[in-house]
Amino acid sequence: MEKVECIVVGGGLAGLSAGYGLASAGREVMVLERGDYAGAKNVTGGRLYLSPLRAIYPELWAEAPFERPVARELVSMVGDGAQTTIEIASQSFSEPVPQSYTVLRARLDQWLAERASDKGAMVLPNMKVDALLREAGPDGSGRVIGIRAGEDEIGADVVVIAEGVLGLLSSSAGLRAVPKAAHHALGFKEVIELPSEVIEDRWHLNPGEGAAQLFIGALTKDMMGGGFIYTNKESISLGLVIGMEQLRSRRDDLESWQLLDEFKQLPSVRPLLAGGTVLEYSAHAIAEGGIDQVPQLLGDGYLLVGDVAGLSLNALLTVRGMDFAIASGYHAARTVVRALEDKDTSAAGLADYESRLRNSFVLRDLETSRAIPMLMENPRLFSHYPDAVCRLLAELYTVGPQPTGKLSGRILRAARRDFISVATLKDLWSFRKI
Amino acid sequence: MQVDAKLAQNLFKLDKQAHIAIDQRICATLCTRRACIAVCPADLYEINDRGQVVVNWEGCLECGACMICCDNGALSWHYPRGGYGVQYRLS
Repeated sequence: MEKVECIVVGGGLAGLSAGYGLASAGREVMVLERGDYAGAKNVTGGRLYLSPLRAIYPELWAEAPFERPVARELVSMVGDGAQTTIEIASQSFSEPVPQSYTVLRARLDQWLAERASDKGAMVLPNMKVDALLREAGPDGSGRVIGIRAGEDEIGADVVVIAEGVLGLLSSSAGLRAVPKAAHHALGFKEVIELPSEVIEDRWHLNPGEGAAQLFIGALTKDMMGGGFIYTNKESISLGLVIGMEQLRSRRDDLESWQLLDEFKQLPSVRPLLAGGTVLEYSAHAIAEGGIDQVPQLLGDGYLLVGDVAGLSLNALLTVRGMDFAIASGYHAARTVVRALEDKDTSAAGLADYESRLRNSFVLRDLETSRAIPMLMENPRLFSHYPDAVCRLLAELYTVGPQPTGKLSGRILRAARRDFISVATLKDLWSFRKI
Repeated sequence: MQVDAKLAQNLFKLDKQAHIAIDQRICATLCTRRACIAVCPADLYEINDRGQVVVNWEGCLECGACMICCDNGALSWHYPRGGYGVQYRLS
């Protein structure tokens, strides 16, 4: 069996980040990507929070092919026949440097693959790994010693597993559990072409700036999830994220794709899309189980990085994963470089990876958000509250043929009806955990 | 917009062999809710005139939702071979 120092399974952001880090340190590394090119199988909503990453690979980011820096954040609560949008524009989003950028993965991942290749990593497309090779041990739990791709077997001192959220290889090798519907959401989106000036007009943006708009409420029909629009340079990414468990448990004949059509037809959304052409339709699973679903991160001869390690966080207003992927790839690379120098790539030699993640924003932010996945199971968050807010505000802004009555009385009446109840108090009590 | 029309915008490199297989015995006898039909964002699952669930795997977006949501393990789901399947140019 041929052998290299490191194999990285998967050329997404986590795998490429590991590949770049290992190659930069002069180690021999092969990144195996099943798509035609890096990014060919990847989907983002899309926005990358860059602030957590600026200290990691500081030399990289100035030239990265981002779409737009996000200067405006919008949250739209969708009720029954009404919508309320809150806009947040803060200098802190852009100064001294932008905290986040919209991105398209095919561009971003190919660029990072090129940077990794520049450093000497072998990034090989069209290579699907079919199995992880393990040394025979008691109950098949031996060390990971390489991979099989078709007829070829390649050995490695360390295998960095960056295969993505489905984790087909690692779960069949027994390194992590099979993904469950309860801990995953379905994300699906369209990339819709619009001229740059049209985007800037419709989202009130200065030239080159971007917006992120999230939608919560009636559009997901009581299911956990929401909608999003991210403005790219000359397109927008528009899509939905829906909890898989809720989606598969419905008793009506609803099919996921119908929700996207209905979302696009909302009276407040349709005009935003006028004249746009759909360029691409994509879908991806998203891990939303939080830190409780993070598997064992390493073992003899291997590390898990990025989505396959459950490193993603939907905190309702901020949705993160790509920053965790790049950071975990970086920490994996640092760990492996050291382990190779020490000639110990056993679990003990790689243990530093977990401590590094625990001391970084990756596992710290997942830890402090431990309660969020449980909270998101509350359907009132996705149906009652957005609708109640819209109803209250719509009432306050309505002038009819009859006398309207005192403002304070109208607010109190609406509050008693929609917000003051045992259920709301219980919800408030549960919100204290976030 | 029809899902078919959206899928037509995507770049697919079609393999000759299917990467999704349905065990009709399990599917017909154990499954009550047909989660695959509800979850698939590409609308690839349907019931044929013999009452069997069939999948038009060629338009697969490779999200894996059907595999995750299938209750009884009736689906055998793999990624297409290297270089085949959907090739996202943007996303």
